[in-house]
Amino acid sequence: MKRLAPLFLAVLALVAIGVVQAALSINGAGATFPNPMYSKWFDDYHKKNSNIEINYQAIGSGGGIKQVTEGTVDFGATDGPMNDEQLKAFQDKHGFPILHFPTVLGADVPTYNISGVSGELNFTPEALAGIFLGKVTKWNDPLIAGANKGVNLPEADIVVVHRSDGSGTSYIWTDYLSKVSEEWKSKVGKGTSVNWPKGLGGKGNEGVAGLVKQTPNALGYVELIYAIQNKMPYGKVKNSSGEFIKADLASVTAAAAGAAKSMPDDFRVSITDAPGKTAYPVSSFTWLLIPSKFSDGSKRDAIKGFLKWMLTDGQNDVEALSYAKLPKEVASKEMKDLEKIQ
Amino acid sequence: MATTTTTVPSAGPIAGSRSFLSRLRDGDEIARLVTFIFAGTVVIITVLLVYEFWRESYLPRHKFGFAFFVTSVWDPIFDKFGALPFIYGTVVTAGIALLLAVPLGIGAAIFLAELAPARVSDTLQFFIDLLAAVPSVIYGLLGVFIVIPVMRQYIQPALKSSLGFLPFFQGPAYGVGFLTAGIVLAIMVIPYIISVSREVLISVPRDQREAALALGSTRWESTWKVVLPFARTGIMGSIFLALARALGETMAVTMVIGNTPTISASLFSPGYSIAAVIANEFTEATGDLYLQSLIELGLVLFLLTFLLNGMARLLIVVTSQRGSEMGQA
Repeated sequence: MKRLAPLFLAVLALVAIGVVQAALSINGAGATFPNPMYSKWFDDYHKKNSNIEINYQAIGSGGGIKQVTEGTVDFGATDGPMNDEQLKAFQDKHGFPILHFPTVLGADVPTYNISGVSGELNFTPEALAGIFLGKVTKWNDPLIAGANKGVNLPEADIVVVHRSDGSGTSYIWTDYLSKVSEEWKSKVGKGTSVNWPKGLGGKGNEGVAGLVKQTPNALGYVELIYAIQNKMPYGKVKNSSGEFIKADLASVTAAAAGAAKSMPDDFRVSITDAPGKTAYPVSSFTWLLIPSKFSDGSKRDAIKGFLKWMLTDGQNDVEALSYAKLPKEVASKEMKDLEKIQ
Repeated sequence: MATTTTTVPSAGPIAGSRSFLSRLRDGDEIARLVTFIFAGTVVIITVLLVYEFWRESYLPRHKFGFAFFVTSVWDPIFDKFGALPFIYGTVVTAGIALLLAVPLGIGAAIFLAELAPARVSDTLQFFIDLLAAVPSVIYGLLGVFIVIPVMRQYIQPALKSSLGFLPFFQGPAYGVGFLTAGIVLAIMVIPYIISVSREVLISVPRDQREAALALGSTRWESTWKVVLPFARTGIMGSIFLALARALGETMAVTMVIGNTPTISASLFSPGYSIAAVIANEFTEATGDLYLQSLIELGLVLFLLTFLLNGMARLLIVVTSQRGSEMGQA
């Protein structure tokens, strides 16, 4: 015990220093997908403004929406925009609305493991919807083979793999399938977890990737970042202009740019199947959820300051972490919206 | 034991005759009170747990009622929640685990307690304790990288060709599924069964063995007919422990079960367990009905553990009564 006493004092001193230095501490919680980006941003911003400390807990989009609505955190973050019901719940509780601020972009890619096929496969929306609905069951189905002339696809059953944990990745995938297939929209719908008509569930990107790698003739979807960092093969997807596009940071940003023209004022927009010749169709924003009124003026200024920095200088760090950055049109539109925070 | 006279004063009448103050001074009253509170906390925590689960699952209980237990659609988008596939998966995987682990575990415990030289027994015990302390995610990784590929490439095809006429061994071999989850769970719970059973067997009084040997039984007969029945309650305790762990295991199961809510007689089929679905979906669950349905699943798991433990205890009571009747006959 005696030996521990100096250590204890040292820890206490460090904590005290921390308290003195971080005069202003702001708490947020929510989506896990942008967590690496947010951690870096909040850390960098703290280095620039040592009196502001932003803490972020990656507890999931659902938790983020819930906690910011209950007022236990200063801001939330989500991979899927809040629905009207949730917006109303916030408005009813607090008396003022909550705002969505897109921060970065993510995308899902189809990844597969077919014996004897090493090249990039092309996927049409009809093929993907058919496979995940359980209607296209063989790899050599004309819906797949038609877009892959010259590839020798086996007559093998497709083993479908999806995420088992609720995630923004599944939200993007099901949002895309809902847009391209009426049947998917009415039967399954979009969400962080859905009632999958078919397939095995893997926990996390690594769970899906593991199942796909191990299981012959499997097809699954993972986050683009995960596929890039792990050098996984993935296929092209046909966009709304009829082009087969391989997902990369540029084609994802292009999807956001395509959607920017029809961007609603509250930024709650899905950019899956977006217009644009070079747009990758399975892309999405991720959002920060900022209350439009702060009773604490210094907190409000700190958050506005951070958002301003994030939309300008902060965007330069985005691609280093394999996220796609916001198109200029969207960032400047968000800058104007900062005034709404009071 | 009860007939031996002891020099230690028995707590009852003598303690009662002393004044409250003197007992307080000696610490008896305080010790009694403090330990009583500690023991009471267990009950309070259990009651609060059930109360909290009950309160927080109001919406699905009123919307679905009993249907929650017997329907099998789990659809967060259209707000339909049925727990049956999860209950089925939990029970089936825990059942497979016990089926494999109990004979293996008790057999190993008998060897370690009765047959092995002390040094071998102690060394092996060290490894078993080590296994029991391995975090479940490590067993999950073992499942993903070793058990799943071996199952898909060798065991499932072999079972299919030899026992494929049974409904349990049909369908495509994905590697993941009920059987794989059961096997990984079995590997996880075996150390518990061995460890506890060995302790219980070792603590069987020496005279029991000596009496059996003196009556002319062989070593194995004394083990099988005398030591094992004597230690039965303790061994059952080790099986309860294993069952509880198997029912509630989350991480390792979700990594190997396939996470698909299905009810299928085939053990090759992917499935889902209660603990796994809660862990998977809770963080991203939005909407009160969805969240509360997950909480009701937690309540179901609690009740399931309670129910199965109760049934196992009943089994002990019944078998031990029959055992003593047979002894008298």
